Amino acid sequence: MITSYERTNIRVSGENPLRGSGAAAVRESIAKYVFMLLASMSIFLVILICYFLFSNGIPAILKIGVKQFLTGTVWKPKNEIFGILPMIVGSVYVTIGSILVGVPIGILTAVYLSKFCSKRIYRIINPAVELLAGIPSVVYGFFGLVVIVPIIAVLTRPFGGKGKSILTASILLGIMILPTIISCAKAAIDAVPESYYEGSLALGATHERSIFHVMVPAARSGIFAGIVLGVGRAIGETMAVIMIAGNQPRMPKGIFQGTRTMTANIVLEMGYAVGLHREALIATGVVLFIFLLCINLIFSFIKHRSESKY
Amino acid sequence: MNQKTESILLRALTLLAAALTVGTLLFLIIYILIRGIPYLKPSLFAWEYNTDNVSLMPAMINTIVMTVLSLLIAIPMGVGSAIYLVEYAKRGSKFVELIRLTTETLSGIPSIIYGLFGYLLFVIQLHFGYSILGGALTISIMILPLIMRQTEESLKAVPDLFREGSLGLGAGKLRTIFSIVLPSAVPGILAGIILAIGRIVGETAALIYTAGTVAGIPNSIMSSGRTLAIHMYVLTNEGLYTNQSYATAVVLLLVVTMINALSSMLAKKLASKA
Repeated sequence: MITSYERTNIRVSGENPLRGSGAAAVRESIAKYVFMLLASMSIFLVILICYFLFSNGIPAILKIGVKQFLTGTVWKPKNEIFGILPMIVGSVYVTIGSILVGVPIGILTAVYLSKFCSKRIYRIINPAVELLAGIPSVVYGFFGLVVIVPIIAVLTRPFGGKGKSILTASILLGIMILPTIISCAKAAIDAVPESYYEGSLALGATHERSIFHVMVPAARSGIFAGIVLGVGRAIGETMAVIMIAGNQPRMPKGIFQGTRTMTANIVLEMGYAVGLHREALIATGVVLFIFLLCINLIFSFIKHRSESKY
Repeated sequence: MNQKTESILLRALTLLAAALTVGTLLFLIIYILIRGIPYLKPSLFAWEYNTDNVSLMPAMINTIVMTVLSLLIAIPMGVGSAIYLVEYAKRGSKFVELIRLTTETLSGIPSIIYGLFGYLLFVIQLHFGYSILGGALTISIMILPLIMRQTEESLKAVPDLFREGSLGLGAGKLRTIFSIVLPSAVPGILAGIILAIGRIVGETAALIYTAGTVAGIPNSIMSSGRTLAIHMYVLTNEGLYTNQSYATAVVLLLVVTMINALSSMLAKKLASKA
């Protein structure tokens, strides 16, 4: 596929014969290098971020012991016991929960937006989804605190649950990742060639069946990329989770119990931590960072594959 | 199940999901508006912050300073990078691939990691302490990929005819970029900048340990100051000022809604022009 981008390069590489020499040429080449320098900033920044995180976090992990740090189930900074397994498990739980909540609703909404709704309704729902993406996470957290937490508290009281729990965090994070899932899934479904749909209709399938059995499966890699992006957002979310997840640093014993995520661990204790405790918190950040780098890698792998499909 | 019931069921399911999405948003907004608007008193916008009157005015000013500063840092970097990628770079070169990979990485890093990085680099290593400048630098890295991508898209959307015409009339490349290409790409770039403003206004995790949580009006960009979002987090956390939290949430929602409307208006303008 030739994009307009590729075409522009033919133009770009051509020298302009009318251009004056001397000062102008010098200015042009200086500009080129300035732009190049600016463009390489993102490379430099990624290296800088990696350097600062790893150089501050890795020594602590080694000092505590890799195995003890990653698989220890006790987090008692006062006694210098640093095991972040509860936080890793907590992060994974709320992320899985948010996917269970957000993905089905997100994909179905995307299908509705892409294939079923009228133009007028589309003009209402699409801005709504954009706005959902723009709402700050503190506002989500606050909403969770004053609305979802009390509801969950009442519903789960018979099971010994308190309002601030994995379930609450999953529901709220599920709402927060909806816009990501919806826009990715919609873009993927829109990109499936119309001929797939027509072929399915010609074989006697109904409109709905063609969409669900042909169009959506054809868009699956794009949809999956959206889910991976949602996982990244959910696992990295901090403020909203702190406000509603309970933050107990222990192994969660069920979805009605509170939990502490890795992100929450950093923010809650960074303010007063010193010495090895502070380094252990940075090391928590390193573990989170590695999780996210993996997720990013998976995402770009899937995205490039789905882009090269049609 | 026969085909007809299946059709109806699938249709109903998608409709239900869409209704749930929009319903959640409406509920959130209406709930916060109803609970918050009664507390939007003039005293909430008083110049001084104290424990009797948790004014959000200082936080508002901090937010504006923070936004302007981070945009000042991020826009030249982002727009410059995009110009290089679209106007100069050879597509598919290793360098460009690396830039794309790192930009994607940057946009995937969660704000708490930026916060941690900003804390380690600006607050500790460079001895800024908790400061607005430290916060702004941290956040400008965060919004860089957003501005870069938006600018790139709008530069690509400028027809080649414009460039050819300009070069054909004897203008140099630099002149072509600044007087022909960039001006035609302005609405798209602006849309990106406005989205970035939305992110800055709503950001908490990246700022709490870089800009700090001091609730006054800062003397300089080297002093600590909380933005509106942090203000709201601290209020909620303290648990004493729930009503003021609602009011702050209303202000945040209003800002974000306006920003979204503005951005999509610009995007539409761009789309109708192309």
